Amino acid sequence: MSKTTNQEQNISKHSNQQTRTVKFGRFVVNHPWFVLIASLLLLFGAMYGAKFLEIKPDYRVFFAEDNPQLVAFDHIQDTYDKADNAMIVLTPKEGGVFSKETLKTIQWLTEKAWHTPYSTRVDSVTNYQHTWVTPEDEDYMLVGALLCVPAKSADFDSTCEHESVTPEMIDGMSQDQLERLEQIVLNEPQVVNRMINPQSSVTAVNITVQVPDDKDLEGLEGEEREKKKTEIMTATQKVADFVRDLKAQVEERNPNLEVRLTGVVMMNTAFAETGLGDMMTLTPIMLLLVIPLALFFMVRSVSGTIGSVLIIIFSIAGAMGMEGWLGIFLTAPVFSVPTVVATMAVADSVHLLVTYMQSLRHGMAKKEAMVESIRINMMPIFLTSITTVIGFLTMNFSDVPPLQDLGNVVAMGVTFAFIFSITFLPAFIMLLPTKVSSGRSAKHEKMDQFADFVVAKRKVLLPIMTVVCIGIIAFLPKNELNDEFVKYFDKTIDFRVDSDYTAENLTGLYTMFYSIQGEKENGIHEPKFMSTLQAFVKFAEQQPEVIHVQSYTDVMKRLNKSMNADREECYALPEKSLNENCNQVLKEAEEGTDLNTRIRELTAQFTLMYEMSLPKGMDLNNQVSSDKAGTRVQIALHNLSSIEVLALEEKFSQWFEQNAPDYEVQGSSPAVMFAHVGQNNIYSMLEGTAWALVLISLLLIFALRSLKLGLLSLIPNIVPMAVAFGIWAIFQGQVGMGLSVVTGMTLGIVVDDTVHFLSKYLRARREKGLDSHAAVKYAFQTVGMALTVTTIVLVLGFLVLGMSHYVMNSHMGILTAITLAAALIIDFLLLPPLLMLLDRKKAK
Amino acid sequence: MKKFLILASLFLASVGVSADDANKRIAEISDAKEKGLAVAKAMKAHNTGWGDSEAKMTMILRDKSGNETDRKVRVKSLEVEGDGDKGLSVFDEPRDVEGTAFLTYSHIEGNDDQWLYLPALKRVKRISSSNKSGPWMGSEFAYEDLSSFEVEKYDYKFLREDEIDGEKVYVVESYPTYDNSGYSKTITWVDQEHFRVHRIEFFDQKGDALKTMEVSDFKQYLDKYWRGHKQVMTNHQTGKSTVVKWSDYQFNTGLDEDDFNKSSLKRAR
Repeated sequence: MSKTTNQEQNISKHSNQQTRTVKFGRFVVNHPWFVLIASLLLLFGAMYGAKFLEIKPDYRVFFAEDNPQLVAFDHIQDTYDKADNAMIVLTPKEGGVFSKETLKTIQWLTEKAWHTPYSTRVDSVTNYQHTWVTPEDEDYMLVGALLCVPAKSADFDSTCEHESVTPEMIDGMSQDQLERLEQIVLNEPQVVNRMINPQSSVTAVNITVQVPDDKDLEGLEGEEREKKKTEIMTATQKVADFVRDLKAQVEERNPNLEVRLTGVVMMNTAFAETGLGDMMTLTPIMLLLVIPLALFFMVRSVSGTIGSVLIIIFSIAGAMGMEGWLGIFLTAPVFSVPTVVATMAVADSVHLLVTYMQSLRHGMAKKEAMVESIRINMMPIFLTSITTVIGFLTMNFSDVPPLQDLGNVVAMGVTFAFIFSITFLPAFIMLLPTKVSSGRSAKHEKMDQFADFVVAKRKVLLPIMTVVCIGIIAFLPKNELNDEFVKYFDKTIDFRVDSDYTAENLTGLYTMFYSIQGEKENGIHEPKFMSTLQAFVKFAEQQPEVIHVQSYTDVMKRLNKSMNADREECYALPEKSLNENCNQVLKEAEEGTDLNTRIRELTAQFTLMYEMSLPKGMDLNNQVSSDKAGTRVQIALHNLSSIEVLALEEKFSQWFEQNAPDYEVQGSSPAVMFAHVGQNNIYSMLEGTAWALVLISLLLIFALRSLKLGLLSLIPNIVPMAVAFGIWAIFQGQVGMGLSVVTGMTLGIVVDDTVHFLSKYLRARREKGLDSHAAVKYAFQTVGMALTVTTIVLVLGFLVLGMSHYVMNSHMGILTAITLAAALIIDFLLLPPLLMLLDRKKAK
Repeated sequence: MKKFLILASLFLASVGVSADDANKRIAEISDAKEKGLAVAKAMKAHNTGWGDSEAKMTMILRDKSGNETDRKVRVKSLEVEGDGDKGLSVFDEPRDVEGTAFLTYSHIEGNDDQWLYLPALKRVKRISSSNKSGPWMGSEFAYEDLSSFEVEKYDYKFLREDEIDGEKVYVVESYPTYDNSGYSKTITWVDQEHFRVHRIEFFDQKGDALKTMEVSDFKQYLDKYWRGHKQVMTNHQTGKSTVVKWSDYQFNTGLDEDDFNKSSLKRAR
């Protein structure tokens, strides 16, 4: 082996940078305790920040503060009441919803649900506020909970309230009465497909909560602010805990009921819990199984393996600590940090240790071997670390704050890995005995054979590889952008299963809210406004994607009927009902006012009367703004892909443009927000990746000191991503926001392989004067094995992430693994034939 | 509708105690329940015998994003011996409900009676009044916050003596005994000099803080009866609030029973 002597010659060639590296290496090996303690102090300083780490169970973290859809959504939420909810879905195993036992449970549950922390409203079939008049006195309009609707109106108990209904009262109901109540509900568009399905076999109790948010911090200071902060962080979990306890109680009281939980609150908890669960299960798998095993086979040294595992743990701890210092919240994507950092940190220590062990085998003393290893590896480790950091920093181009956080925290982890690898690791190894194992293994012989194969078959490999790559890349456009937040969770997560069930059997968790503002105060009572609103509801209901539309027009139609002695034909908007001889009084001419004004006044007075009759929490504030200028329409959707959501949104906005140009219309919802952010995120990430590519290519041109090779490196850097997305299109085809960051992230890693291979190739060409064939073989011999093994570690590591129950993370893991595997194959089978083709004439 | 909160009617009309006597008596009681009840009785006693009144009320509703909207109402009230008061409210704004009139007979026991005259329909409608807890005209005030204060409607617990803006106050917890209240309890701050309510905190059924009402701008009428001219109700759960401003208070305007029945509703405008 002439390698060592060659490298010694190099020292003179290289500038004082090398001597500085050597000085640094000598310092480390001569003062191991000092370096060890100093690096540990740095670590503990960073780690202390971990005490500031907080989990934020709120889907809103996925949106930047100025995200236009979030701003619109918040505005709607502030004008009407917040619509964050927890939904308890009940399915009787036997019998329908309108059996006595089921009704008793629903009534009981509805009352209990009022005690949910932060609850402001509870809706169920039993407390649905029905309006009717008594035949004895048609001017006595009654508004009451469904269970208070009497069998005969004469029996009406005006003090009946939902909360005072007893099981005995329900037992006392006749079959006729039960059927009557069932018919009332099934004929009420406000309820059917929202609180109960048309088959009357599935029903829900919906709890609206007003959980405090960051805006509630305004104006608070000191201790009060801290208290509020803690409250904000724990509120959602409190609601979820309470609702889960309710579920357990219902199951115990009435074993005939299947109970499922969905809604925004459950989604928020699912984000936090799934992420945390992942971190708790996946990180140990990484640290205990994958990494030590892989390391041991590479380094073949117990102390080296322990040292590397420590480096990995330190990098994770340092990164998470810095996360705390910087006040970054723990969100589902950030929970993947340990796995990603662990994977990334392996490479640094491996390169250092492999060279060290080789030098030992060649008979160098411990200290000399370590200095030599630092000298040789400092530059490549630094270069690969910085490209990786650049790659992860591109995540800052993302529109999704938690993905930015992920990129920044991993970048810090990679930095820590670099620092600890050149300080703690050598110092630690110096203090431990190192056993030198036998020399070159059989594996290296295989690598030589492989290199011969690549050189011999280069003329076949080049076209084959080109065709295969292009063939796979051709599938790339088949990928579809999709961000469905229910599908962020795999089918082991209760939230996903329960939400799917609810969407199939009752109502959708995907919603759209529209706030429609009339031209002035009290504008909603204009006949024209009402009929436009009604037309929109009709249009929306016609769309196959729509399950249910909740609109104030349904309330008005029912009121109009009750105010006209409950005549069936008067179930219509006041203006339209004139055709059916309802509201006769309007037909008598009155001086000074036109019909339009009189209809508007009538509508306004109906609203006032209804408002005066509703109990707490059942009011109109969730549908009508307090100045009566606007109303909120809530549309429940089937499970739609985000493309379908965007298409539907476009359809609706066109309808409004054509049919309601004078009204101010604002639409948003979590489903709409996720659909938009997913879309925008892809474009911003592509932009980010492009910038990274430019930056990294410049870095390579500079580092390799070759324009041609720097530009050539673009091929092995870009093609793996394209191939990976092509493979993804073939097997999966759905690209969510988690995948959009893979390009930037893998770029930094893929480049490492290219750097190692090209730099060895160049070294062989420039310093050893070899021709391109021999140089390729040299590159294979020196880094082939290391690249193979580090890639295996990386692929395994990201496949562990692929086990995540959080689909955003698992897809990210799997696609990254595919990209890295593709990168190695391309580096080995496509890059060398290309080099030999381009460099063939210049063999010295 | 009625007059305003806690101002009240008779029932203990004969008592006519001075504040000093009442304070002395309250000081002597050690049982918290008895003491709370004594404060409530003194409140009632200080606001009994006013007969009838008229006033104008402006409600300003404010949502979480700061949008404001007004309601204007004229309120007539009649003190009723041995029962809750009678009230008649005529809406002037919003324009579309102008002339709508609301008649209530509040009762110490059982539900209040309520009728609403709708001018567009030219009819009086009776409405079910078990829903005391709902918002009044979309505001943060519930009907039950506005109906007349009667000692028998609550159980009491004296909490402590305190100070508000330099005034000595009693702080008393009240638990509604009537059906269908939206509250589990309220905490009332009453000054010791005139037994006027300065603040009420409302707690919902699950025991969480729901709303706070602050009363200010007190003026005295007939040399005896105090009326707060500004009431601010803040909802802590929704971030919404309602300001009520009173003006043009008049007492002894000659109102009687005939001004408070269904036929008077139609001519109320």
